[in-house]
Amino acid sequence: MEAVIQLEHVAKTYQTGDIAVHAVRDVSLQIKPGEFVAVMGASGSGKSTLMNIVGCLDRATSGRYLLDGVDVSRLSRNQLAEIRNQKIGFVFQGFNLLSRTSALENVELPMLYMRRMLKGSGQRERARKALASVGLADREGHHPNQLSGGQQQRVAIARALANSPSLLLADEPTGNLDTQTSIEIMGVFQKLNDEGITIVMVTHEIDIAYYTKRMIVMRDGRVVTDEAVARRSLADQELQKLQAEQRAVQLAT
Amino acid sequence: MRIFAIIKIAARALQRNKLRTVLTMLGIIMGVGAVIAMVSIGNGAKAMVERQIANLGQNVIQVLSGSMSRGGLNTGWGSAGTLTVDDANSIDREVEGVSTVSPEVRTGSQVAAGNQNWFTQIMGEGEGYLELRQWPLAEGAMFSEQDVRSANKVAVIGKTTARQLYGESSAIGQIIRVKAVPFIIVGELIPKGLGFGGNDQDDVLIIPYTSAMKRITGATTLRSINVQAENADAIASVQNQIIELLRQRHRTGQGRDDDFNVRTQQEIAEAVTASSRVMTMLLAAIASVSLLVGGIGIMNIMLVSVTERTREIGIRMAVGAKGRDILLQFLIEAVTLSAAGGLIGIGLGIGSSRLLASKMNWPTLTSPTWIVIAFGFSALVGIIFGFYPAHKASQLDPIDALRYE
Repeated sequence: MEAVIQLEHVAKTYQTGDIAVHAVRDVSLQIKPGEFVAVMGASGSGKSTLMNIVGCLDRATSGRYLLDGVDVSRLSRNQLAEIRNQKIGFVFQGFNLLSRTSALENVELPMLYMRRMLKGSGQRERARKALASVGLADREGHHPNQLSGGQQQRVAIARALANSPSLLLADEPTGNLDTQTSIEIMGVFQKLNDEGITIVMVTHEIDIAYYTKRMIVMRDGRVVTDEAVARRSLADQELQKLQAEQRAVQLAT
Repeated sequence: MRIFAIIKIAARALQRNKLRTVLTMLGIIMGVGAVIAMVSIGNGAKAMVERQIANLGQNVIQVLSGSMSRGGLNTGWGSAGTLTVDDANSIDREVEGVSTVSPEVRTGSQVAAGNQNWFTQIMGEGEGYLELRQWPLAEGAMFSEQDVRSANKVAVIGKTTARQLYGESSAIGQIIRVKAVPFIIVGELIPKGLGFGGNDQDDVLIIPYTSAMKRITGATTLRSINVQAENADAIASVQNQIIELLRQRHRTGQGRDDDFNVRTQQEIAEAVTASSRVMTMLLAAIASVSLLVGGIGIMNIMLVSVTERTREIGIRMAVGAKGRDILLQFLIEAVTLSAAGGLIGIGLGIGSSRLLASKMNWPTLTSPTWIVIAFGFSALVGIIFGFYPAHKASQLDPIDALRYE
């Protein structure tokens, strides 16, 4: 099967004054359709830079990057924007929803920038479907400030899914959420992954990484570990465990 | 991206900060409002002047007697008495393209009828004067050539004078005494309204110039000669011929100034409109400065807005907005701002000119052309001053924009 992401000797160097910072050095890896990958590492390890390259927000200084078999390493700004629009869905730590804009309209956002706009109510229907798939069908008119953090992140996930991308990129998606909500969001990811969507997620929390299927650890711009997750956490079970613990705490007090 | 969707986004962004939006538009509102109001007033004044000039009659050339200089005091055209009845007759005889000539003398005098009296302008004119001024009679008839030749004591009365002396009853056939000389009224004029200086043109008594000279003033010279050219094309030639003829008759030497003044309607119109043109240009300058300041205000606010919404721009770019989409979004926002300001300004300008028209009796005339021009200009201001901020927004790096706090 053809890889969704194929990185070949990718490097990224920033020039700050006279000093060259090697944020990513010679990374080669392959991610196949249906994978669920966690990218881990300390801050400064180059994982964010790598994610920006993978997300077509940035271009590698050298090396080749094939997304869905297409070499995107030398594309123009506008071409990259189109790739982001069509093939990649982003989920951020800070949700990054447009404030004072309804959940439904937030989900419609990527469709506004499609090269071929959907006719009539097609756009609205698709946004509704995406919202329903993250369990927020009844919240479409709510503005972000009327939603909880977990709900906001679900809206962001729905937005990422709006154009049916081949790749979902999540950058610390649970960073701003409490434990229970984090597990719920991981549940959404696992469900989407089961449906066949490829997910790459940056995180520095090891217990969150256990929900994925493959763990990549970076240090100093290089991949140091790349292995399958042995004892994978399942969100449904973890949630039940957590609730049982909470009940126990309540009974004890 | 559909243009309609962008306009919706722009309108919503502007609604979010209503006070700021209104303050930003103020410059444009005032600029456009000033343009519309001033053009309305200018057009109204121009239309009024044109009407008054048409009132003078068609293709009329005025020959005014020279000015008198006594002890360094210049007395103004018409006072020196350099024109004679013979001058008028020779213009009639010798100048080609002339249809009517009416010699004119004027004097202010007390007039009386019955137990009423009134001070009015006595105009001594030729029999063709009313025709030349295109001034119809309401009643009766103009005095005849015979009356002029015999210096008969007949008069045609203006509406104001008639009302003062006879009230609502007919003036025809009545006796009017001018400096104790009784004249019989043969005609009453229709009202003509106010003249250039705001004087009442109907406060007048018209008698044969011969009668005025012999029986009232005792003068031997004319104040002016009204000449009507056969058609508009003949005006220039008639004017030149008159100058030539009068210089010859007055034996004015080479290089010396005329002792008379020949004015065509066109020249009179130009003199009157020149001042209003200066006024219009001045106001146009003020308006353009105001539009410029308004534009800078828009640019300023758009720059602030781009900075404030850096994150939004980052989000839009991350989900696939191209630089062009962002540019268009902010450009349309700026144009919406300035065009809305322009529309409000147009409303305000029309409103204020209507108010002036009704409260102060100023003649105003709203010009649709200028409304279109003013609107176009305000939209243009939005494009020009909105471009830089929009361009800046479109060039943002999505990664930096997303990280912006």
